[in-house]
Amino acid sequence: MAYSEKVIDHYQHPKNVGMLDKSKNNVGTGLVGAPECGDVMRLQIEVDEATGVIRDAKFKTFGCGSAIASSSLATEWLKGKSVDEAVKIDNMTIVEELNLPPVKIHCSVLAEDAIKAAINDYRKKNGLEELQYEESAIH
Amino acid sequence: MLKLPIYLDHNATTPCDPRVVEAMVPYFTHAFGNAASRNHPFGWQAEEAVDIAREQVAKLIGADPKEIIFTSGATEGDNLAIKGVYEMYASKGNHIITCNIEHKAVLDTCRHLEKEGAEITYLNVKPNGLIDLAELEAAIKPATILIAIMYANNEIGTVMPIPEISSIARKHGVLVFTDGVQAVGKIPVEVNKDGIDLMAFTAHKMYGPKGVGALYVRRKNPRVKVTAQIDGGGHERGMRSGTLNVPGIVGFGKACEICMQEMEADAKRISLLRDKLENALLKVEETYLNGDKESRLPHVSNISFKYVEGEGLMMGFNKNIALSSGSACTSASLEPSYVLKALGLGDDLAHSSLRFGLGRFTTEEQIDYTIEQVTNAANKLREMSPLWEMFKDGIDLNTIEWAHH
Repeated sequence: MAYSEKVIDHYQHPKNVGMLDKSKNNVGTGLVGAPECGDVMRLQIEVDEATGVIRDAKFKTFGCGSAIASSSLATEWLKGKSVDEAVKIDNMTIVEELNLPPVKIHCSVLAEDAIKAAINDYRKKNGLEELQYEESAIH
Repeated sequence: MLKLPIYLDHNATTPCDPRVVEAMVPYFTHAFGNAASRNHPFGWQAEEAVDIAREQVAKLIGADPKEIIFTSGATEGDNLAIKGVYEMYASKGNHIITCNIEHKAVLDTCRHLEKEGAEITYLNVKPNGLIDLAELEAAIKPATILIAIMYANNEIGTVMPIPEISSIARKHGVLVFTDGVQAVGKIPVEVNKDGIDLMAFTAHKMYGPKGVGALYVRRKNPRVKVTAQIDGGGHERGMRSGTLNVPGIVGFGKACEICMQEMEADAKRISLLRDKLENALLKVEETYLNGDKESRLPHVSNISFKYVEGEGLMMGFNKNIALSSGSACTSASLEPSYVLKALGLGDDLAHSSLRFGLGRFTTEEQIDYTIEQVTNAANKLREMSPLWEMFKDGIDLNTIEWAHH
């Protein structure tokens, strides 16, 4: 199976690899997946407290090329979005953007889960109620 | 000048040796006869070519030419041997012993027979990938008709103690079948010395063409019989009907002849290259060799790169280097290699493995390039891996509550 050009590009030039300061109140961290499953994503957002806009996003991913590309793309999309907009990022838009084949859809699901986990971590830190999400279709 | 891409997946298949292709060509065109046509020169010519090939194949494994049944490949050979023995020896018993790192062609055949009433014992392997002989002997019972243990494993290259296995089998009057696909043509395999009663192997793993293989079926001490699985014109002494693939068989014969002459020198040269590759990669932090280091094929090395995922790792160089991973990220099940898991490796290490399979045409230049590329890719991916970061921070990954998918 050949990878799409966009996946290869993100893999070769991943955007926003790294770590934000977890201890800060305006940083939300999502860690999803498990080593035994072959995918672990850590995605972080840093929110501008005045505007509610995501100022920075970083990731680190253990996984295949599609998982790396999905998380790299997610961090790109997160930057500049408000937290409320970010919640709406759907895994299928990642699938479409990266041209992921059916066997790789779980990579996009994981990225969506990572975004939501990061947002909830941020909300929790700031005394907001955690959002309830419907179970993802593919787990 | 290094020519890319480099092929290091010789356990999957091998290129045809040009000498093999040359031997085959006439049998596609002017010498196209059916080896079963007994009444004219076209048939005679084909029959003679098949006879010569049968001798070449038999000689490589120390067998009599009459003991060679040509098949379409090792999957068919595995099926014919196991199902054929099960049906032929039904009056003696219904129990077969195999092990849990066999090829799917053996495991699925056993599963199929279970539905038909067979009792199958799947021996576990030790962490080094070898079976425990005491466990094997303890599993034998009066109803046991067959022991089916592979000669060498396709993923980790470990070589099973076949002579010891067959001496246990002999003692109890049980037949021995071995899937010899990975071993024949790579290391000395001799059916009499090794005490093998049936053995499947295939041409395309030893620089011959795809679509042709053989099943060795012992004719003396004891005389072994199998029930045919393909009925028809009664070819191959009734054990495998179907018009013989004459060009393929000729190529198979030639491939065996070349292996016979060059195997020893090839193995020596290739194992030096393999060791160079392996030693260099094992110097990379947190890498582990899978399978037994001593009892194994000369051309295989299976290494886990902890904290990076195999498929992701391969993507760093798979445009230029072809090899396999124990990660099954592309399979629907998302389950990593059952062979590596059978060694007791955690799923995380199984997901992180790469199999390097060197071959007759592998060069030192290719190995040097591979060392550099794989090392760089592993380092790059680790920079991106949250698990590597945690490891470096001294966090025990087992203490983390993972969100399981």
